Amino acid sequence: MAENKLNLLRVVVVGGSAGSLETVLALVTALPARMKDAIILVLHRKNDSESILGNLMSNKTALPVREVEDKDEIRPGVIYIAPPDYHLLIENEYTFSLDSSEKVHFSRPSIDVTFESVAEVFRERAIGVLLSGANADGASGLLKIKAAGGLTIVQDPLSAEVGYMPQQAVDLGAAVWVLNESALVSNLKELLSA
Amino acid sequence: MLHEEEIDHLTTVLYDLYGYDFNHYARASLKRRVSRLMTIDRIPSFAELLHKVKTQPSYLPQVVQGLTVNVTEMFRDPSVFKTIRELVLPVLATHPFIRIWHAGCSTGEEVYSMAILLEEANLLHRSLLYATDLNPFVIEHIRNGIFPMSQMKNYSENYIQSGGKKDFSSYYTAKYNWAKFDERLTARIIVSTHNLVSDRSFNEFQVIFCRNVLIYFDKELQDRVLTLFDESIDQLGFLVLGSKENIRFTSIAGNYTPFSIKDKIWRKTS
Ligand SMILES: C[S@@+](CC[C@H](N)C(=O)[O-])C[C@H]1O[C@@H](n2cnc3c(N)ncnc32)[C@H](O)[C@@H]1O
Repeated sequence: MAENKLNLLRVVVVGGSAGSLETVLALVTALPARMKDAIILVLHRKNDSESILGNLMSNKTALPVREVEDKDEIRPGVIYIAPPDYHLLIENEYTFSLDSSEKVHFSRPSIDVTFESVAEVFRERAIGVLLSGANADGASGLLKIKAAGGLTIVQDPLSAEVGYMPQQAVDLGAAVWVLNESALVSNLKELLSA
Repeated sequence: MLHEEEIDHLTTVLYDLYGYDFNHYARASLKRRVSRLMTIDRIPSFAELLHKVKTQPSYLPQVVQGLTVNVTEMFRDPSVFKTIRELVLPVLATHPFIRIWHAGCSTGEEVYSMAILLEEANLLHRSLLYATDLNPFVIEHIRNGIFPMSQMKNYSENYIQSGGKKDFSSYYTAKYNWAKFDERLTARIIVSTHNLVSDRSFNEFQVIFCRNVLIYFDKELQDRVLTLFDESIDQLGFLVLGSKENIRFTSIAGNYTPFSIKDKIWRKTS
């Protein structure tokens, strides 16, 4: 356990809403087979799509995929999915926690809530990625990751299936990089393989 | 952004002055609650919040309300209630008298859901449902059995998914924007404040519900509260937690057997 704790390098937190699923799958498929980083996916979805998402991911990668339960440990080389109907928070560097409080931007899980929590705990070791969506969620949280010294990547609103969500982040000045899907995937792949 | 020491300071003051112990609450969530309270009540700085808490005892209810999360619904996670209906009630039916504890029941929607299941299994007349929460203000209205009409469509869908066969609206009468639930249900519900951090076991139960409460506690407090439940559950009784909560890796795990993993129901087996 202690070993894992020491080895967690960075946390990559990906927020996606309408039109983001294919990009998420492409990203998951491209991930290196061994990683020192943890991946956290916060996706807006219907409550009843429970395990489908997890299964979709598992078919694309050899990395373990886990829907987060309360106080789960954060380990390197694992893909974590925010469970439906809970906000996903970072309790400390090693532990998640969940919260069923009010929706934010009509969403639970809210991307902003997790981005903000990741920014606070992981600071410059955070990488925030915001994808396609029709919602204003994620922009302000992404700005907090940037302000904390983390890297922020926004899917180019013009190339995204639904450009509204990434556009909000660009307008807010929350993006360090603005990339189309294939550039986003290949850049992250390179970053995480290093 | 609030600092760790500020949260410590606030929890210390709340405990020392009022006896409310938020010390072992999960910090990430507690921090958000404090920020939210300050935003809602337009309190510009942490120092001012602290001052208000110290000097205005009349503000305390709002603080307790603000720091806790009360979101709930009837038949939340319908499949849990379906499993209870199909697999737990037949076991309960073998008991002459049934006692159920809803710990952290918030405004009582979960309690009424269970009362409806018992009614449909013809067990309600020999059951008592204890509805407790630390927040006196959320439980205040449980006895009236009045819930917002705007929720009924959603609750009715949940009810059907839980295996309910009746017309859900037969359980309440609609008045303006409110639904008043049948007094036969209310008559079997006992409401009381109970703080899981500081209060003790007060009875023995065949079922304890504690859903979406433990997520707000740190692991140490979770362990303590689960021990309290363990002392309050009958042999072969049931423990029902929230959909993302687990007794794995806790000190009571060895005494329980999973009854339905997906619905987070355990049975006490030793
Ligand atoms: C999210 S609600 C859960 C309601 C319901 N069980 C459900 O799952 O829908 C959490 C409740 O736990 C209560 N709570 C928090 N701390 C508590 C404590 N120390 N003792 C008793 N109840 C507590 C809160 O007041 C709140 O009403």
